[in-house]
Amino acid sequence: MITLGDYLVVSAVLFTIGFAGVMLRRNLIVILMSLELMLNAANLSLVAFSRFRVGVSGLPDYNTQVFVFFVITVAAAEVAVGLALLVALYRARQTTDVADITSLKF
Amino acid sequence: MSPFLFWIFAALTVIFGAAVVLNRNPVASALSLVVSFLGLSALFMSLDAFFVGIIQVLVYAGAVMVLFLFIIMLLDIRAEEGRRVNWLAGAGGIGVALILLIQICVVIKHFQSARRIFPPLARSTTDDVWNIGALLFNNYNLPFQIIGVLVLVATIGVVLLSRREPR
Repeated sequence: MITLGDYLVVSAVLFTIGFAGVMLRRNLIVILMSLELMLNAANLSLVAFSRFRVGVSGLPDYNTQVFVFFVITVAAAEVAVGLALLVALYRARQTTDVADITSLKF
Repeated sequence: MSPFLFWIFAALTVIFGAAVVLNRNPVASALSLVVSFLGLSALFMSLDAFFVGIIQVLVYAGAVMVLFLFIIMLLDIRAEEGRRVNWLAGAGGIGVALILLIQICVVIKHFQSARRIFPPLARSTTDDVWNIGALLFNNYNLPFQIIGVLVLVATIGVVLLSRREPR
């Protein structure tokens, strides 16, 4: 049978893939996509805990699913703002490579 | 859900998630992310969270991915040409990610509840939209309205950021 730990391990692997993407890739668009992967890995473990914590009514803990709803909303707003920043950056510098953005480098 | 289906969808999610990071072409990365999110949505539904699974498909595979593909098309971003790879930084990044994964797995291994299977439900949860909606508009009314203001501020910010400077 599938245990809670199986879902948590899948979530951990997905989070690590997203983390590695943020650390390794230099294209800003792919970095934003990796951020989405990390947020969704956190959502997966939240939903798994929601299903695991069955209340007295015999239903999953819906407080957690409301929290997932908020996370998805904030993530969508974050992507919109991030992509607008990317477009502004591309207009100023004609690049989306983080290695080319060195204005703040000391 | 049968263990067989769980492992298929988990493998789909993880493999296409890895493809997002490994692909050189941003368009291929975005399309891999769609498949990864569809697998994740199936995992949500296997946990009886039908509403979350549906909004995962609607918001991510629908809205967010169209936004990504639109920006990639607008900026005309090509696949990265083979630039000089900084092997030290790459090894450092993979090392930190692996240490993080090992740490999380050790925590899960020592977590007693992680070995237990999911308790049975009293009934089917196909009406979970009703339950989540009741909670959202009663207990979480203030956070819900704050989220609305946040989305409004994000919209105004995006319009301001993407406006061309008047010369």
